[in-house]
Amino acid sequence: MSQSQPCSPPPAEAGSRRAAMALLAQARTSEIAQGLKALAQSLRYVELRPAATGLVMVRGRIGGDGAPFNLGEATVTRAAVRLDSGEFGSSYALGRDHDKARLAAVCDALWQSETRREAVERHVLAPIRARLARECTKKREQAAATRVDFFTLVRGED
Amino acid sequence: MLAPAFNDPALASQAVFRTVMEAMARPGLPRPLTARLTPPAPLSVTAAAVALTLLDYETPFWLDQGLAGGEVAAWLKFHTGAPLTENPAQAAFAIISDPAAMPDFETFAQGSNEYPDRSSTLVVQVARLDQGERLALSGPGIAGRRSFAAAPLPQDFRARLAANRELFPRGVDLILVSADAVAALPRSLRVAA
Repeated sequence: MSQSQPCSPPPAEAGSRRAAMALLAQARTSEIAQGLKALAQSLRYVELRPAATGLVMVRGRIGGDGAPFNLGEATVTRAAVRLDSGEFGSSYALGRDHDKARLAAVCDALWQSETRREAVERHVLAPIRARLARECTKKREQAAATRVDFFTLVRGED
Repeated sequence: MLAPAFNDPALASQAVFRTVMEAMARPGLPRPLTARLTPPAPLSVTAAAVALTLLDYETPFWLDQGLAGGEVAAWLKFHTGAPLTENPAQAAFAIISDPAAMPDFETFAQGSNEYPDRSSTLVVQVARLDQGERLALSGPGIAGRRSFAAAPLPQDFRARLAANRELFPRGVDLILVSADAVAALPRSLRVAA
């Protein structure tokens, strides 16, 4: 994925599985890998669906409620894993990074285990959230520094 | 718990597709088929390979009594995205684990004269493709005659194949899989009485 990230918070409510996956979607592969390393020395899992890259049709609606139309195709990589402890995790990520899809699926599976959710939040998700917030603030500041207030003199009607 | 499917989905399913296509092109001639899979019982490895290759989200599949109720449906749905149907007349593919007790061909989709492709393909797990009652086959893809045998099969299998041929271009196609081979009996087949 490109280095410039959208400067908006994930739409899902905080603390949900959806919010966790939205965060992982914006993560770098190295971040997820580091977080998982800090979380557990060795993770054993089966790749139910080895990471595979394909296309999905992105659909849009004008104004959010118009007639749906096909915007275009996006490259997506998906993966599904099962931990040896039984949890199932799956992920879809933009781009063709197989490692990212696989590691995100592992995070998804771990997140669903009651005992390990907190560790995933702390070691994997929190650093990503912090980095995104930093980048977001920086972008805002850069934009704010170049702000120009325009004003128009009212032309007299003569 | 769900088991993985093909290690390399694209290449493995292409290899199986090639084998099934050749079997279909030469009716009644068994082609060797192997796959590295661990499907849920009682689905056989070869039947699983054929199902993973042919099923997709547009092809509803039907399972016979032996296969329904277990993990087979969940496994196939997960790996292929195909919907399960209870109604054999809506099935694009039917997977049959107990061939001796398989339902009549008429219970499956027969297609129409305008759209003969809208018929069911039956994937039948048999024990052997070299034993049983000998059938003398002829028709497209067979030079002269070909002797075919599989076991177990229903008592009236010969009559069923003949009745299926009568419906042409409608009718079902059969893919028979043993532990290590696959043979096809398409609807174009003629069986000597």
